[in-house]
Amino acid sequence: MKKIEAIIRRSKFDEVREALHDADIQWFSYWDITGTGKEREDIVVRGQFFESSYIQRRMLSIVVRDQNLDKTLKTIIDIAWSGELGDGKIFVSNTNESYRILNGQSGPESLY
Amino acid sequence: MKKIEAIIRRSKFEEVKEALHAADIQWFSYWDITGAGKEREDMVVRGQVFESSYIQRRMLSIVVRDQNLDKTIKAIMDSAWTGELGDGKIFVSTVDETYRIRNGQKGPDALY
Amino acid sequence: MRFIRKHSNQLINSIFNISTQNKNIPIMKKRFIASIILMIVSILPAAAQSIVIKEVPHIDFGNTAWIIVATALVMFMTIPGLALFYGGLVRRKNVLNILMQCFIIMAMISLEWVVVGYSMTFGTTTGFLAPYIGGFHWAFLNGIGINEISPYFVSQENARIPHLLFVLFQCMFAVITPALIIGAFAERINFKGFLAFSLLWSLFVYNPVAHWIWSSSGWLFKMGTLDFAGGIVVHINAGIAALITAVMLGKRKDYRGHAIPPHNIPFVVMGAAFLWFGWYGFNAGSALAADGLSVNAFLVMHIAAATAAITWVIIDLMVDKKPTLVGICTGAVAGLAAVTPAAGYINLSGAIVIGVVVSVVCFYMVAFVKERFGYDDSLDAFGVHGMGGIIGSVLTGVLATPLIQASYSGLLYGNVHQFNVQLIAVGITVVYSAVMTIIIFKLVEKTIGIRATRQEESVGLDETLHNEIAYTTID
Repeated sequence: MKKIEAIIRRSKFDEVREALHDADIQWFSYWDITGTGKEREDIVVRGQFFESSYIQRRMLSIVVRDQNLDKTLKTIIDIAWSGELGDGKIFVSNTNESYRILNGQSGPESLY
Repeated sequence: MKKIEAIIRRSKFEEVKEALHAADIQWFSYWDITGAGKEREDMVVRGQVFESSYIQRRMLSIVVRDQNLDKTIKAIMDSAWTGELGDGKIFVSTVDETYRIRNGQKGPDALY
Repeated sequence: MRFIRKHSNQLINSIFNISTQNKNIPIMKKRFIASIILMIVSILPAAAQSIVIKEVPHIDFGNTAWIIVATALVMFMTIPGLALFYGGLVRRKNVLNILMQCFIIMAMISLEWVVVGYSMTFGTTTGFLAPYIGGFHWAFLNGIGINEISPYFVSQENARIPHLLFVLFQCMFAVITPALIIGAFAERINFKGFLAFSLLWSLFVYNPVAHWIWSSSGWLFKMGTLDFAGGIVVHINAGIAALITAVMLGKRKDYRGHAIPPHNIPFVVMGAAFLWFGWYGFNAGSALAADGLSVNAFLVMHIAAATAAITWVIIDLMVDKKPTLVGICTGAVAGLAAVTPAAGYINLSGAIVIGVVVSVVCFYMVAFVKERFGYDDSLDAFGVHGMGGIIGSVLTGVLATPLIQASYSGLLYGNVHQFNVQLIAVGITVVYSAVMTIIIFKLVEKTIGIRATRQEESVGLDETLHNEIAYTTID
């Protein structure tokens, strides 16, 4: 089983969500994050244009069966893409075990 | 590539942020979390002093190239330390793959 | 009838057992005789007349009811109006600090006002200091009985409000003025320094300036300054202090020359709406009566705000391509600030002119001038209130029309003198406020300190100064 953590633009979230559901990915978690680093983003406040160092993004966290990894990655990359700097990143790591709390079931079958 | 998840005090965030930028870490994400467990933290509400079981912390998530792991951990440890109970924890896990959404690039070079 | 407000006739008052200390005897005598004659005439049995017209000053319940409500409306402007307006504009780690500053000013300055403030501002001492400051004879409101009539009125000489109500109404003005300055030093001032500064400022800047312009013995009042509801006394006064403190305190450590995004724009909108609502009491209430003049003030104030709001949206569309909520709120507030000195002297067309002009100027101040000169007026207290007040006060000298109050006219009607008087009053207030603010600031800085530490500023003033978090992630 693999965990996919994707940092995407908030403006792309709805599209990505629909695409994932269409690709039969049954569940993922998401939350808002702020990123900070060298990257800057254009922002306007009270008529002043400037570059903000606080980048607002959305994090998606999806745990999938190994065989679904590639299609999930492809979906996110295709939909979340805009071609501009700041499109985001996807991190893939291994999930060692998964448990369904309802009945204690473990392994890939306990996923959605 | 390694993922570092650090749970630190909110009051230490600015220092940690500056330390990471000084160590040339280009990007990290952060969000507020609440922790719950055996730990207690002093809190005052309406004149009543008590121990709250809701611990407010900030989560930092940073994915780094293997060679940058040690300096990143050191930067966080040094700047987030106070010596008091509740300073936080750092978790390190392996990231199997990284993708840059904008151009599909993979691997350590897809990082910042 | 040259003056904005008149001090009542001493002899008539003493007949009706009201104490004052005016020594204006010759005029008094004439009026006394006139009133006696009127009284006699009105009592003469005239065949068809059964109405006895009271021609002596008395408490009018209709006016009193309205001004009681107006007083509450002005209170509402400080908390929650200004509190939310400013609170929403700062970062979430500092919102409680702003709310606290507004709340405690309401408490602290209310006390200051009844203990010495009212007496200092509207006291009727004589002597060489009288044009510059009232006395202390009304400290603790000593000598003001609950049924006494107010010495001040605007157009209803005989139908007045209680003296204590006038005290209360003015109290709310004294409260909101130092609260406006909060916008300049937001996010980097420490609490004790803030309290000391605000108190000293109220005592030595607000009270004297209000005395000069609103007290009948004040020297700017006697010069003929027109300030219906506080454009000079409140907005310019606070606005200049804001500029000075912003510069002297220094920039916020994260300030990069541009506004930091507001953390809660719905708060800003609520705050602006509450300010607009409460402003009805601020301006329409300054007529001290529920009469035609009050309604005119209501009308021009409302239309100036609406015009300023629309103008700001138009400029926003031209500059940012999108109409913003922060923009429309700022525009409305700027319009309100600018129309404040003019509300009792201008008509509808004047209101529209003021609304358009102030939005254009304040937008320019906020979006370009502040960045160009590099001062960190966090929430644009000078850019909006200060500049709005200056524009409105000067335009009062232009747009005042005898159609509203027959004795007052502006440049537009050929009255150059009024225009000059406005300029002088604005200039005097700017200089005095600036100099005194510098002195008070330095005094507080050198004695108890005024800037929050770097650590306090970076962690957030809510947690470090108040030990509270506005928005927890707990359940």
